[in-house]
Amino acid sequence: MKRNRRAKRSMKLKINGVEHELDIDMRTSLLDACRDHLGLTGSKKGCDHGQCGACTMLVNGRRINSCLTLAVMHEGDEITTIEGIGEPGNLHPMQEAFLHHDGFQCGYCTPGQIVSAVGMLGEVADGWPSHASADVKAGAALSGDEIRERMSGNLCRCSAYPNIVDAIETASAKMKENA
Amino acid sequence: MNKHVMNEAIGETRLDRGTQGVIGQGVDRYEGKLKVSGKAPYAYEHLIGEKVAYGFVVPGPIGRARVKSIDTAKARAMPGVLAVVTGDAIMHSSAQPMGPDVPAMKGEIFHYNQPVALVVAETFETARHASHLVEVDYEPLEGHYEMEGRRETGRASDGGPMAADTKRGDFEKAFAASEVQFDRTYTTPSYHAAAMEPHASVAKWDGDQLTVWSSCQLLDLNVKQIANGVGVDASKVRLLSPYIGGGFGSKLGIGPDAVLAALGAREVGRPVKLALTRQNVFQATSRRGETIQRVRIGATKDGRITCFAHETDTPNAEGEGFFEPSGISTVFLYPGDDRLVTHRVVTTDVLTTSAVRAPGEATGMLATESALDELAEQFGIDPIAFRKLNEPEKDPQEDVPFSSRRLLECIDEGARRFGWADRPSKPATRREGEWLVGYGMASASRANSLMASSAEIEMSADGRATVKTSMTDIGTGTYTILQQIAAEMLGLPLDRVDVLLGDTSLPASSGSGGSWGANSAGSSVFVAAEAIVEEFARRLDVDASTLTLKDGHAIAGNRQIPFSEILKRETLTVTGKIEPGDTSDNTNQASYGAHFAEVAVNVTTGETRVRRLLTVGTAGRILNMKTATSQCYGGQIWGIGYALEEELVVDPRSGLIVNHDLAEYHVPVHADVPKLDVVLLEDRDPYASPLAGKGIGELAIAGVGAAINNAVYNATGIRVYDYPITMDKLLPRLPEEVGAAA
Ligand code: FES
Ligand code: FES
Repeated sequence: MKRNRRAKRSMKLKINGVEHELDIDMRTSLLDACRDHLGLTGSKKGCDHGQCGACTMLVNGRRINSCLTLAVMHEGDEITTIEGIGEPGNLHPMQEAFLHHDGFQCGYCTPGQIVSAVGMLGEVADGWPSHASADVKAGAALSGDEIRERMSGNLCRCSAYPNIVDAIETASAKMKENA
Repeated sequence: MNKHVMNEAIGETRLDRGTQGVIGQGVDRYEGKLKVSGKAPYAYEHLIGEKVAYGFVVPGPIGRARVKSIDTAKARAMPGVLAVVTGDAIMHSSAQPMGPDVPAMKGEIFHYNQPVALVVAETFETARHASHLVEVDYEPLEGHYEMEGRRETGRASDGGPMAADTKRGDFEKAFAASEVQFDRTYTTPSYHAAAMEPHASVAKWDGDQLTVWSSCQLLDLNVKQIANGVGVDASKVRLLSPYIGGGFGSKLGIGPDAVLAALGAREVGRPVKLALTRQNVFQATSRRGETIQRVRIGATKDGRITCFAHETDTPNAEGEGFFEPSGISTVFLYPGDDRLVTHRVVTTDVLTTSAVRAPGEATGMLATESALDELAEQFGIDPIAFRKLNEPEKDPQEDVPFSSRRLLECIDEGARRFGWADRPSKPATRREGEWLVGYGMASASRANSLMASSAEIEMSADGRATVKTSMTDIGTGTYTILQQIAAEMLGLPLDRVDVLLGDTSLPASSGSGGSWGANSAGSSVFVAAEAIVEEFARRLDVDASTLTLKDGHAIAGNRQIPFSEILKRETLTVTGKIEPGDTSDNTNQASYGAHFAEVAVNVTTGETRVRRLLTVGTAGRILNMKTATSQCYGGQIWGIGYALEEELVVDPRSGLIVNHDLAEYHVPVHADVPKLDVVLLEDRDPYASPLAGKGIGELAIAGVGAAINNAVYNATGIRVYDYPITMDKLLPRLPEEVGAAA
């Protein structure tokens, strides 16, 4: 059988509530589709191999490494990037908290940290346990150790970790208040 | 231009008066909103919407070779491929920070997986695919990939960050005659900066004008390097780095991406975007050299150090002058009349070694501060008491005074806050469940430097100020502190001061490196602001010293005049410049601190967990308490990495850097880091700069790993001399019976 050599394909992606139509190489990762083709450069590429978390996006509310998945696999999905979390004039409580607690330095890992933190709080709310949870069946309260464990897929070489943990605690409290 | 040369101590300034009340405050970062919302454009993220091409590097998977031929036909035949760039000019690693030269391959492979060609294509995916189709034929050459067995070939380099040798008196004679002799050898592995943003560049030609957006720390040097690498005049090149995703020294010299992107763009006639892959970053930029350090200390029977030697062997590539200056603190930190600090460079055919955060201190103090701990124990003296006994009164090498040295205060304050008195007085005596617990401490010091730097302040007619300089902010907080300095000096609320950085079309700056950025660039803003104040005073016909500036008003006597009135609907632009002067020579300047660590070592697995870490520091005036503290957290966490996790492994047979990604090179993650404490004491160093501040970005990494090592000893009774302290080094020697009696 002759291989189909046409590498391009048109696809529809729904990102931050907006439908985008793209005609791109099928090998394009979700991350590169955003960064190279849609002008959504908020999600960062730190490794392209699922090792750093800088590219974290939410797909149907769950966090994923967008460098490890192809854009073409996400037709019909609800994709959220940092641009969909909040904007400079209208920051999400998580972004506000990162700003006030200085949860970043160079800022390169930051969109990934913030999106990951928002996704992580959802996982905790849904009762997902982690390695740090004392009882895997009991669900988990948000503690410093839980945050550190659950955020360990997001590397920060500037090492803003202590401030990130503080920021997540503050944002979590604020989000509960707002809810 | 208004210039200040730092020839004498600075007196009281507007920063001391603090009328506007913003200097030193932990205000949020100037560019913070952009960063938390993904709107700050890093190097790769420019030219959105323009028709660009994408580059991908072809690596040469062999340790040392001559390139016989490169066959690009298959790659070029792939639809979508625009060009395959080859030739002598391909940069094989990052440039060094010392000069404008760039390392061009000139037909050879100098280290495993160096770039040999660049594929440029319509898309990233095509470029990546085609990179595998480039066929290179090599003539292998003999390569040396480790220092082992070749240390006697070490050379004394005169092109390094300090003199290869610093001597005083006759160490060998004094040591031989010493009542107590301490002689230990420590090793530290190669480390990688591993900034989260891989080096990336976008290059665009307009005729013979080249614009490059790249991730660089020292723009005014880097633009020359790009020009050299591409073969054009530097006046034709503009370099922009408004946001940098971490540098830590690895972006002091340009990465190969800057030149490759420019060559590619010239060849295909449109802008080229090139981000190094994470694997390229590990294998084709630069790294910190591994070290073998011999520390010899002679002392009297009662514990007074009389002579000190610190001799380091470290590698670099052929012809490279840089060396890891492990003895940089030793020169002034420790006492002794007879002194010897040496560095020898052993040539290896591995990726070039260069500056990584706190070159010297970060490795050297892992050795010396462990040595002090061991020696104190030999004397039966507490490590703090031992340091007090051996605190020099002046620079023991040059006999000049310290501009300010409050090391012992930092130690005392730290001991009090940490609860040092509760330290197990004997090692391997405290057990909590399956954990052995210990405390350790170490000193921190980081030599201070001031660099020439200039900045412009533009006051618009409505009384807003814009600071402009080619300075960079690599995450250190430069935008914010320059905003604060200008606001405080000019009496403006923060939201009326803007800061433009990272563009070689702006006044030339020191750039970011060596913890000199805040002091140097900040002082240039200080000088420019002073000139504006002078001009205001002249226009108001008063003496500048009597003029108070606050909230956009000048207050002179009983008059209060808004700036807009003084400016008379015209823009006022001044440039200020700072230059180092006599105070650099006639005082010894450094930041000081002390680290305290509590660790727990698992009695079964040998796993070490840092439970608590406290750093107390002094670094002159702190310009922003929040960003300065963040810098210190960063240093502490790097110390955790250096002590326990990080090690760049080179295969001695092939020269391959084996762990060339973030899965295998272990930087600390959230779960490795406990709650940290940083205390910065109120301090001023009037000799250091008009700001009376000193470098902070590298202070906290100096010595912190040794504090952890000393705590591991206190917990287990095991001294580790080869970093990192991994489980395999503890497991066979873990004590059996700890705490059984407790
Ligand atoms: S870029 Fe996706 S995990 Fe690193
Ligand atoms: S803020 Fe720089 S890597 Fe996290």
